[in-house]
Amino acid sequence: MSNSVALSFQNVTKNFGGLTAVDKVNFDIRDNEVFGLIGPNGSGKTTVLDLVSGLLRLSSGKIISYDKKISGKTSAQIARRGVSRTFQLVRMLPTLNVKENIASGGVFGFRRYRRKELDRKVNYMMSQVGLTGKGMLPITMLTYIDQKRVELARALMSDPKIILLDEWLAGLNPTEMKIGINLISGIRYEGRTVVVVEHHMEAIRSLCDRCIVMNSGQTIAEGKPNEVLNDERVISAYLGVGNA
Amino acid sequence: MKHRENYSLNIKRRELYGLIASIFAFGLAATLPIFNTGYVLSLGVTIVMYTVLSTSWALFSGPTHYISLATAAFFGIGMYIVGGGLEIYSFPILIAIAGCVGAILAALIGLATLRLSGVYFVIFTLGLSELIRQLVTWAQTTMGTSSGLYVLIDVTESQIYWELLTIAAFVFLIGWCINRSKIGFALKIIGNDEKVARHVGINTAAVKIVLFMISGSIASITGAILAPRWTYIEPTIAFSPMLSFLVVIMALIGGAHRLWGPILGVIPFALCWDFITAKFPNQTALMLGLAFLLIVYAIPHGFAGLGEKYWGKFKHWRDFRV
Repeated sequence: MSNSVALSFQNVTKNFGGLTAVDKVNFDIRDNEVFGLIGPNGSGKTTVLDLVSGLLRLSSGKIISYDKKISGKTSAQIARRGVSRTFQLVRMLPTLNVKENIASGGVFGFRRYRRKELDRKVNYMMSQVGLTGKGMLPITMLTYIDQKRVELARALMSDPKIILLDEWLAGLNPTEMKIGINLISGIRYEGRTVVVVEHHMEAIRSLCDRCIVMNSGQTIAEGKPNEVLNDERVISAYLGVGNA
Repeated sequence: MKHRENYSLNIKRRELYGLIASIFAFGLAATLPIFNTGYVLSLGVTIVMYTVLSTSWALFSGPTHYISLATAAFFGIGMYIVGGGLEIYSFPILIAIAGCVGAILAALIGLATLRLSGVYFVIFTLGLSELIRQLVTWAQTTMGTSSGLYVLIDVTESQIYWELLTIAAFVFLIGWCINRSKIGFALKIIGNDEKVARHVGINTAAVKIVLFMISGSIASITGAILAPRWTYIEPTIAFSPMLSFLVVIMALIGGAHRLWGPILGVIPFALCWDFITAKFPNQTALMLGLAFLLIVYAIPHGFAGLGEKYWGKFKHWRDFRV
């Protein structure tokens, strides 16, 4: 594993009016690691991903990716620098078919394919995520797990250096969950940095090299999953102080 | 089930047939002035004018779903450039200037508004036409001239028709090229989900501004070409908001999601409109209202969408019949 820093959060703060969703957060995500972002609902995990991908603007602080500042850039500029993402609620392009949905990720982003090369890459991505033979289907005919696969394939199409997965495993049954964990494990072996926001602790344990726990917009623990998940502050944050 | 691959750049047989049919249709339409130079030609000019305006409007608004009511602004500017510049420049040069000014104005509007969406954009574009109309009226009264301008130039109805038909062919060619290009694919993604579009690396503002410039430029050129037909132009005619509404209605009735959709709305609507204005001149607003109701309740995707729906049902029946 490389020691260079893929993402560095330096005093990152995000306010929504009087509410501070992310409060002076500082941490680094190393190159080619699977990094978990966990915490109770409303703790600011998705806001952190939105800040990285340019969906939201920082109130203060900065985010550095591979020694270059990405905070303040637009989502498109950040995507072209090699950061791609999936969304908490699956976002499909309903009038396009499966192949076109996937292809959309490989035409304008970090790596851009043309014509036949694009077609080959789409077919390869479909085989990687388990969608072989479904390329011409309208997106509305797919099951939920298949829609998630399409979104993952779309995010991977541009060969991103960093991929942000926002609760990608949420809503899957146990069988689908295993498939999903295997899929995400495969991504890191392609040399990418993977940031996962998850509520499923077994997935965090089996996938992540390190993780961070957020509560009320602040980081309360950081380290290896097994250590962090046994931390008293983390247990209190999840179960409440009286029940910990 | 088969679905067309939009991102592929290879010409398919179906598209080739479409291209040949379009060339044939334009060739046939070009012969109209040879057979009739009266009422039918006049109606032909109106139909081709709305075909150009609605199709160019749909190039931008169809995929992005941004409803622009600025057509009258661009159209009127084109007219006034010809009306005001005939003593200095020749007619063809003024048409080119109108196209450039329309594109520049569209770029300025785009930079100011295309980061907004929904109703704000609609209201702004409607207000813009009115603002320009008021500015032109103010400028004319301040300069002490009459409220309008005479456009006295020796251009026949047939020439106007052929000029418009050439522009129409050009618009279809642009639309066809856009549909097969990266920018066309970007527009489809933007129309589906702008947030996703931004996250796959599309500079959504730039794409929308380019398309808005093309649309605005074509509307200005159309206004410039038609200025001699009016002979006398004044702000209430050149910047009439009714023109913007008619263009939107015709495009939506035909189906703004297809390049050939708007023309399906233009032909029947222009014929009905001509009949209503001749026989029941006070009932035009009623026809507009009925057209809006028809779009909302009966054919939200226009005649093109309706045709595709039943064609799909027919193919399903044909494929699965015992």
